[in-house]
Amino acid sequence: MSDTNFLRAPLRVTTAGSVDDGKSTLIGRLLYDLDAVPIDQRQALERDMERKGRTIPDFALLTDGLLAEREQGITVDVAYRYFASTKRKFIIADVPGHEQYTRNMATGASRADAAVTLIDARRGVTVQTRRHLCISALLRVRTQIIAVNKMDLIGHDLRRFAAIRDEVADFSQRLGRPIPTAVPISALAGENVVHKSDQMQWYDGPPLLDLLDSAPGESFRLELPLRMPVQGVNRPQTTEHHDFRGYMGRIESGAMEVGQKISIYPAGLTTTITGIYVGSTQLQRADAPTSVTITVADELDVTRGDLIGDPANPPQVARKLAADLIWLDRAPLDLRRPYLIKHGARTHQAKVETLDHLLDITTLAEIEAEGQLATNEIGRVALRLGTDVSFDTYEANRATGALVMIDPATNATVAGGIIRGASA
Amino acid sequence: MNMNNVAPIPAQDLAFRSIESEAIHILRETAAEFRNAALLFSGGKDSAVIVHLASKAFWPSPIPFPLLHIDTEHNFPEVIAFRDDTAKRYGARLSVRSLEGSIERGTVVLGREDESRNPHQAVTLLEAIEEMKFDACIGGARRDEEKARAKERVFSVRNEFGQWEPRSQRPELWDLYNGRLSKGENMRVFPISNWTEADVWRYIAAENIHLPSLYFAHEREVVERSGVLVPITPLTPLKPREKPEMRSVRFRTVGDITCTCPVASTARTMDEILEEVIAARVSERGATRLDDQASDSAMEERKRAGYF
Repeated sequence: MSDTNFLRAPLRVTTAGSVDDGKSTLIGRLLYDLDAVPIDQRQALERDMERKGRTIPDFALLTDGLLAEREQGITVDVAYRYFASTKRKFIIADVPGHEQYTRNMATGASRADAAVTLIDARRGVTVQTRRHLCISALLRVRTQIIAVNKMDLIGHDLRRFAAIRDEVADFSQRLGRPIPTAVPISALAGENVVHKSDQMQWYDGPPLLDLLDSAPGESFRLELPLRMPVQGVNRPQTTEHHDFRGYMGRIESGAMEVGQKISIYPAGLTTTITGIYVGSTQLQRADAPTSVTITVADELDVTRGDLIGDPANPPQVARKLAADLIWLDRAPLDLRRPYLIKHGARTHQAKVETLDHLLDITTLAEIEAEGQLATNEIGRVALRLGTDVSFDTYEANRATGALVMIDPATNATVAGGIIRGASA
Repeated sequence: MNMNNVAPIPAQDLAFRSIESEAIHILRETAAEFRNAALLFSGGKDSAVIVHLASKAFWPSPIPFPLLHIDTEHNFPEVIAFRDDTAKRYGARLSVRSLEGSIERGTVVLGREDESRNPHQAVTLLEAIEEMKFDACIGGARRDEEKARAKERVFSVRNEFGQWEPRSQRPELWDLYNGRLSKGENMRVFPISNWTEADVWRYIAAENIHLPSLYFAHEREVVERSGVLVPITPLTPLKPREKPEMRSVRFRTVGDITCTCPVASTARTMDEILEEVIAARVSERGATRLDDQASDSAMEERKRAGYF
């Protein structure tokens, strides 16, 4: 294995598909063909093959980690996998396809640079496929790949593949998203996963791994305006660093330089950067996604939760937000109750003023809300916060446009939220 | 310690910057969201990395978390010396709670005097949490170690029995960590969740992080039992008819002497270890931990019971 794959930030990939589309098999196959399965686990696979009289390993055994899952034969929770090709590192969120676990799909997609949606070639596009394409679209996963699986079971039929590919292309266009790349595969037989299949001469594209190798990662964050939520104020008050006062945070987008003018939101105070530190190392310049501590020229009242930004490209500031909530909790949204919103490094008191409409998760069309927002549903709401919030729309910046909602009574994370803008 | 002597990570190494920054971000969220968090320090390489990350995250302030060591008293002496050195080097507070204390209190009852003490650490940890009123414990677990760990959250809630309930985990979206706890609950925080074993070694090399000498190849008296090299120690004596041999070995994890085994290796330097780890063909726990070989779901069962 070459060392060059450590030079690039890992690509975060989420997998999606219906319950029997073979996600665990696909990930197992990737690990197996990339020689990333350690010998002891390889031996466990072989023992299992012998016991059950199988000819191909049961790859799901590599990924379905929990007892409850192995008993039911389905994946019930997001599992993270790590491997590297010769080009880069990957972090794969293996997401369950069962309907009641749609919340896990949102969890996986929230951080993903790329989504691989599996479709069983025999069954074609299902409701669950559409649901996953919608969630990936909603959460702005940049690279969409469709893997049409089990091609070996339909005689590697081009027409069947083309029909599925075209249906997905049509659907993605209706969602206003770019057309995904489609690749015909057999995860079980290892066709077009890591190695190109000789069973499908009609397919002239690359195997799945090559598509992942060439997908853009997080570098686009560098092109966005500077945003850094302040996680804390660093005041050592030791004799050696008596007057040191630093602001700690991770640069979520853009870059900063010593001497640069910055503003601190929501107050909008402007100052100049005098020092940038990673540990004790002083830097002249730093960019996303670096965690830094900075010092500034003026003594300002800055606290945890404030947002450092570029005054030439400022974030918005508001007390009321329009947002789409992906409801995750078993108990539905209660308009009478107070909630907490965690956004950046600040937790706000919040109330949901109105539930305007729901989104059909299989089309993203607006549908009338009948006063209810329940598990796995997505609804547009107006949020009223206890304090001003500085934000960007989710479309403009994932890091400053996302929020989670917490029920202060149970402390459960009840919803993930996507900020659409300030609300009247 | 003089941090100015530490070589900075090359700026072009994006993979590093990304995971180091993520870990620092998590440590800062932990400092802000909890009243009294502890950093679990075993003397192993992963917890050594966390201590180093914490010192970078909060420089020039000292590490805001006390180091907590749950001592089985079945540790290699090198590890204990390393533990004390590390606390001193980073200027961190160190609290040690011993399994022996739990045995004296009668809260840990050993079946056999020589049995592995690893599973019993959970009791001592919970007692330490209660005594010192910790609301969060930071640990060095990684998701690539084991299947049950692959599903672990970064902020992972434990109930009042210290148990992990995999089916009722909180969803964790974006990098927005929910640190709120109900009465009796406690948080486990895993800042290097997304690191692999190779990442850990490369980081140790790049940042010059000190480690116990056990991690480097050395001559040691061992015996081979069912494909695993078992070190000969007063706690793990030879069985009748076994023949010991001197082998060049190193440890990939350190823990209770009775269940931590070295691997054959001649890697004496960081570069040699890196080469070996990148080519590693056996998973870290599979190779070295007898307690994980018992059954395929050994780790999950122990986690449910409150094992870290």
